[in-house]
Amino acid sequence: MAIYTKEEARKIMEKALSFSTADACEINISGSESGNIRYARNTVSTAGHRSNQTLVVQSNFGKKSGTATIDEFDDASLKKVVARAEELAKLSPENPEFMEPLGPQTYDESVTFSEATANITPEFRAEVASSSIEPAVANDTTAAGFFNDSSGFSAMLNSNGLFAYNKTTNSDFTVTMRSNDGTGSGWVTRDYNDISKFDAAEASKVAIDKAVLSRAAKAIEPGKYTVILEPAASVGLLGNMAGAFNARTADEGRSFMSKEGGGTKLGEKIVDERVNVWSDPQNTEVPTATWNGAGQPLKQMKWIENGVVKNLAYSRFWAKEKGVDAVPFPSNFIMQGGDASLEDLIKGTKKGILVTRLWYIRTVDPQTLLYTGLTRDGTFYIENGKIKHPVKNFRFNESPIIMLNNLEALGKQVRIDGNLIPYMKIRDFTFTSLSDAV
Amino acid sequence: MKRRDFVQYAGMGAGALMMPSLLMGSEIPVEALLDPGMDVVLKKRMADVALNTAKSLGASYADARIGRYLNQFVFTREDKVQNVVNTESFGIGIRVIANGTWGFASTNDVSEKGITKATNQAVAIAKANSKIQKVPVTLAPVASHGEVSWKTPITKDFKEVPVSEKVDLLLSANAAALDNGANYVNSGLFMVNEQKYFASTEGSYIDQDVHRIWPTFGVTAIDRASGKFKSRQALSAPMGMGYEYMDGLASEKLKGPAGLNLYRRSYDMVEDATLAAKQAKEMLSAKSVEAGKYDLVLEPNHLGLTIHESVGHPLELDRVLGYEANYAGTSFATLDKWESKDFKYGSDIVNLVADKVQPGSLGAVGYDDEGVKTKEWDLVRNGVLTNYQAIRDQVHMIGQNESHGCCYAQSWNDVQFQRMPNVSLEAGKEKYSIDDMIKDVEKGIYIAGRGSYSIDQQRYNFQFGGTVFYEIKDGEIVGMLDDVAYQSNTQEFWNSCTKICDESDYRMFGSFFDGKGQPPQVSAVSHGSATTRFNNINVINTGRTI
Repeated sequence: MAIYTKEEARKIMEKALSFSTADACEINISGSESGNIRYARNTVSTAGHRSNQTLVVQSNFGKKSGTATIDEFDDASLKKVVARAEELAKLSPENPEFMEPLGPQTYDESVTFSEATANITPEFRAEVASSSIEPAVANDTTAAGFFNDSSGFSAMLNSNGLFAYNKTTNSDFTVTMRSNDGTGSGWVTRDYNDISKFDAAEASKVAIDKAVLSRAAKAIEPGKYTVILEPAASVGLLGNMAGAFNARTADEGRSFMSKEGGGTKLGEKIVDERVNVWSDPQNTEVPTATWNGAGQPLKQMKWIENGVVKNLAYSRFWAKEKGVDAVPFPSNFIMQGGDASLEDLIKGTKKGILVTRLWYIRTVDPQTLLYTGLTRDGTFYIENGKIKHPVKNFRFNESPIIMLNNLEALGKQVRIDGNLIPYMKIRDFTFTSLSDAV
Repeated sequence: MKRRDFVQYAGMGAGALMMPSLLMGSEIPVEALLDPGMDVVLKKRMADVALNTAKSLGASYADARIGRYLNQFVFTREDKVQNVVNTESFGIGIRVIANGTWGFASTNDVSEKGITKATNQAVAIAKANSKIQKVPVTLAPVASHGEVSWKTPITKDFKEVPVSEKVDLLLSANAAALDNGANYVNSGLFMVNEQKYFASTEGSYIDQDVHRIWPTFGVTAIDRASGKFKSRQALSAPMGMGYEYMDGLASEKLKGPAGLNLYRRSYDMVEDATLAAKQAKEMLSAKSVEAGKYDLVLEPNHLGLTIHESVGHPLELDRVLGYEANYAGTSFATLDKWESKDFKYGSDIVNLVADKVQPGSLGAVGYDDEGVKTKEWDLVRNGVLTNYQAIRDQVHMIGQNESHGCCYAQSWNDVQFQRMPNVSLEAGKEKYSIDDMIKDVEKGIYIAGRGSYSIDQQRYNFQFGGTVFYEIKDGEIVGMLDDVAYQSNTQEFWNSCTKICDESDYRMFGSFFDGKGQPPQVSAVSHGSATTRFNNINVINTGRTI
């Protein structure tokens, strides 16, 4: 598959659009190539390569829409796919929430593509696996890991004159190191648009050190503890909280963001005043495309400012219903941090627990954003500013809202799953039971 | 579509969480679902291209899977149709062993040229990876089946039922919910047809036509004054059936405690939505549970998920061996426990059985995705751990020489690997009804339907919610409860199992989108059981004030 240039993509879509007889028509074209390697028991288990290219046509007659897809882009195929979309549209029920396609928009330049990532070879992936497996063997641990890289483009064009294009690269790495006596486990994750920032050996060492340090954990009573959450530990809870910033469910009365007696929590203080959260597609550490699937431009947007809900996301339909401007959902999530390193946070903690990551997080109560899950792959007891010993894993039942009200300190930001999240020290984090899992 | 987008879009929460974008396939007109697809004679010829090419390149084994995957999804909310999606995905996946190492490649170019190219890639990957392979792949022997076929025994093919009939049914269910006090309702119908052809160098050519269906909804009631909202999900189960599951046959209904309607192999969506709205409203003022120890009486459509998480996953041999360590995790049910022949997984009355054959189940197929004829086998007998779930390349690691027949890939585009078969709790041998489970409970809770679920990476510690909860006091149901979740340890939990209803209460729960592997793949699996009691289980209160 080729990564089409802006001009090539536009030409194919213009051709498709020329076959349209519908009231409105929108064309999306995308393509990607990805490769992966998976290993376990200190040896490679599977490896794969995928390539995809797709052109999607959405045709509308009044409020009726039909969508059809094709993976070949010659004239006959384009004509066929447009005809199919129109045929489907005519047969579809009316969608009362249908919105006319947007007109021309202005987008910022995106910084999501890296030539180095696009040029990754199978040999590079094998080298990533070796950089984990060799030190694992040398340290009496067993590695199980996964590395995936991808490069691709996406573009859209509609009958109202909107055109958008973006190309992007991504890479994701995770590895679990288990001590060969079965009593210790460590884990690490890294993700980058630009692979030249990635050091597989450095990352693997973090996981090995945690596996060795976490051996023979001691059980301590569950209860409320001061915790230091690594960014990998808090990202799941924060991501779930971000899902609540939906104006429609808030207005409908079925969200944490809904208010007693009606209305929403927009403008209300919901967490500690040191909490600031925004999204920014052009942040060079966590870049994303500068437009979304509806063709809306994505700009920097504040969601929580000094603990106060600053914006809720409005779809185009819901914005029209409510007579406000549409606010697109964020494409990334940036939380303001501080200057403290992890070591500084540990040093300043009299008694507490360091959490590497939280696992199997599920909603318990959407009303209070209460979630449950477990600690995993490195949980340590801190006493008088030092890591004293590893502790057995805990199950937690906690709400990110309560957690961010109990904020003690913010540390440095780290990229995690495409977001920037700081280390956080939180008091009274609720652990409800012990787990024997290693 | 990203997972979160899909969930927001469908508005149905956890049930849809594992929906992968891949399964969406390419959109096609509804009539195209009825196209017969590639003729079986041509499939055999194309599969032979892969097998012969692989052999000529030095592969010691090869299999080819030509798959056509048809999906139809219908989504509605209140009185609106949100979307009707018809998709098709067609291609071939080729798996080989060369130099004792697996290789896999796939293509949607199902021509001689496309297949030859993909086979070359698969062999090249195998040879490249063999340089770092430490132990060559060993396959358990398998029978050569010749040319055979298998079909899900359906009586109504969803592809032949007009979309308007499906839309009408969903909108009727929505209307019933709104008429009975619901503020919002989202409903959906997921229908899947896998047409898969398998051929291997072991001499099997297997043509299968597999059907699955899942009707579901979420009904929400709101109390504006207090700002409280509660949702009640459908008590349907995804099934390995055709559209006949939607018939709502009276003969397949059961009356449960507290007026609950329970369903065996036929579902009445309008009836369930009616009750759901009433129960969602009742939840708004239900009593908040007092934390403590309770005897739990668990309905099959609830217990199925507990079986799935605490029995199904820990007894997957690849997890036990460490192949899933970096994602789903490993297992507490280690080989030494199984080798001891006396590891008490549960109490004496606990018999847990794996199968790929139960009629109506999501796991039922004639042959698995590496050509092994499917069967039933014991996992836990009289409470003792007796076996795992294993496929051809791993079963020798537990000293057995016959695959259990539970290999599966979500599409032609993905490599097949060990997936969970149906795992079910056998009904009790003594004649007990649901009332018999409740009548001698002093302090207990009856739980129906699936809810929040979470379990650790070795499957010791779990926490489960449910759809509806009823307090049991001195042998009677006394009212609805709220804020209930139970936490336990797998072995302690199954050893506290004290009473199981007989066969007449046996029903199936199902998971339509069970995730595993990297990159992740989904599979569908059922779990049968009868209403079962567990004594003295820790219940927590999940209510919070913010």
